[in-house]
Amino acid sequence: MLKLDKRSADALVWLALLTAPYWLPLIGGYTELGSRILILALAATALNFLLGFTGVLSFGHAAYFGLGAYGAAMTIKYLYPSTPLAILVGVVTGTVAAAVIGPMIARLRGVYFAMCTIAFGQVFYFIAFQWNTVTGGDDGLTAWHRMPIDLGFTSIDILNDNKAFYYLVFTMFAVAAGVMAWLLRSPFGRTLLAIRENERRARFLGIPVDRHIWMSWVISCCFASLAGSLYALLNDFVDPRALRWDQSGTFVIMTVLGGMRSFWGPLIGAAIFIELQDFLSSHTENWESFIGLFFVLVVLFFPRGVLGLIKRKSTS
Amino acid sequence: MTQLLIFNMVNGLIIGAFYAMMALGLSLILNLSGVINFAHGGFLAIGGYIAYTLIPFLGFWGALVAAPILTAFIGILIERVLIRRLYGRDPLYSLLLTFGLAFMIEDGTRFIWGAQSLPYQIPDWLAAPLSNELFFLTGYRVFMMVLVTAVVLALFLILGRTRLGLRIRAGTLDLETVSVLGVNVRVLRNLNFGLGIYLAGLAGVLAVGMLGLQPNIGDSLIMPSFISIIVGGLGSLPGTLLGGLLIGVASGVTTVFFPSASEAVIYVIMAVVLIVRPRGLLGEEGRF
Repeated sequence: MLKLDKRSADALVWLALLTAPYWLPLIGGYTELGSRILILALAATALNFLLGFTGVLSFGHAAYFGLGAYGAAMTIKYLYPSTPLAILVGVVTGTVAAAVIGPMIARLRGVYFAMCTIAFGQVFYFIAFQWNTVTGGDDGLTAWHRMPIDLGFTSIDILNDNKAFYYLVFTMFAVAAGVMAWLLRSPFGRTLLAIRENERRARFLGIPVDRHIWMSWVISCCFASLAGSLYALLNDFVDPRALRWDQSGTFVIMTVLGGMRSFWGPLIGAAIFIELQDFLSSHTENWESFIGLFFVLVVLFFPRGVLGLIKRKSTS
Repeated sequence: MTQLLIFNMVNGLIIGAFYAMMALGLSLILNLSGVINFAHGGFLAIGGYIAYTLIPFLGFWGALVAAPILTAFIGILIERVLIRRLYGRDPLYSLLLTFGLAFMIEDGTRFIWGAQSLPYQIPDWLAAPLSNELFFLTGYRVFMMVLVTAVVLALFLILGRTRLGLRIRAGTLDLETVSVLGVNVRVLRNLNFGLGIYLAGLAGVLAVGMLGLQPNIGDSLIMPSFISIIVGGLGSLPGTLLGGLLIGVASGVTTVFFPSASEAVIYVIMAVVLIVRPRGLLGEEGRF
């Protein structure tokens, strides 16, 4: 087993991500695939902030991911054709929704929390599905596309240049990951870990547990909606499936597959899962069965995920 | 207007009965084993498809009896092989497992029976309306209401009057003590899971007579069932029953006045309950 200290591992991950558009084609990938992986990895990392580091089980993150996506898409289509504005509106939409719903569920725990997040998530699915005239209903929101970013002195053509779009995604991912890592290292983040490890003890120490869970939930959903708005821009399209509960499940399996207790776990999980989905859906019509089987196998034989397994091997 | 209102209330009551039946099964499993069974909708579909397959051999009534039992056996088998391994672990894992199962069941039924909707024959005399005035009240609907009522009564009798029911109720409160007192908890959870799946299978057989048979038939019923449990209160079966009927009737009545909100009203009820009474209508305090 190769020995890596944490710092050089981090540097290696960033280097790999930074150069991805150049080495991906060499191993049979393409730049858009890289963007997709990074976007879904961002959503899974955001989920992991809540799931792995606060110990709260959300099964409804697709709602905020999808709200971000619809927010961005509708901004460009109806409001004003600007990519930064679209991202901003997407993030605000998702975050506000999460902040409003948060107090209702922050006092619930365990399976009850999970059930309520699923149920609340479906609200937005139904709205997107039913409100045909605005959201396009089941067919999704089409006939719009992302806009080149105008910086005044120059403009970045993210519409036609896949690499430029990748670097936009990369920048967003880097900022989001940086903020989350910084938060986790701060006293606030340590408090979240304390709640995860022993909620009762945290409460006895005078920590307002419910408020911390609410804050963690809002932060997590905020970055999930950022991922969602990027996802809409990537596809130049959004449909209600981005909001559905199976999308939430996908985020959870990515996180578990990579390793819940590790910061980079969701990224690795997202990469493996998307590769697998790509492979299966191009080889068999019954790919859903295999994805389902994959869920079952991961849960039964791989519950610690890739990074959890490596960590355990290197410590023993 | 009055007729429309009655029609939609009856309709809501029937739909609510379905929600309640699904939710009671989910609730049984959740209370005793702490597992949210995402695949519940899938088991409902399996019940429907088994009945469809059995009708040529056993007829309508034979299929009605046999299909839910067979579904329950499949459930018991799956519990033995897969779900049992996850008891006592983080609920995350059982959620993911049943989530994967839901995918497999939906795709599997599509693979075996095809994606297109299949016709489901109910006896002619059941399909006919009872009277001209109440044209919407077909015999089948009345029959469904009677059957669901009987099954729910039977369930509460089993839970209240039999030794198995006593053990299930006790296990819901404190499984460890029940185990220490010499009850085989593994068998208990297994049977309880089968009981829950039986209800899903029966709901499936009844639902296909009304909704037709498609692989994703369970999809539209699973979310309201979750909400029935949340509204009724976690850990309380009468609460679940009440929650199911309540949201069914509420969505039926809303259909009269504001059709596009018939789905949304369910979620509004859930939000109101969570704000005003987080433990649910009949839930015990401090359970979650």
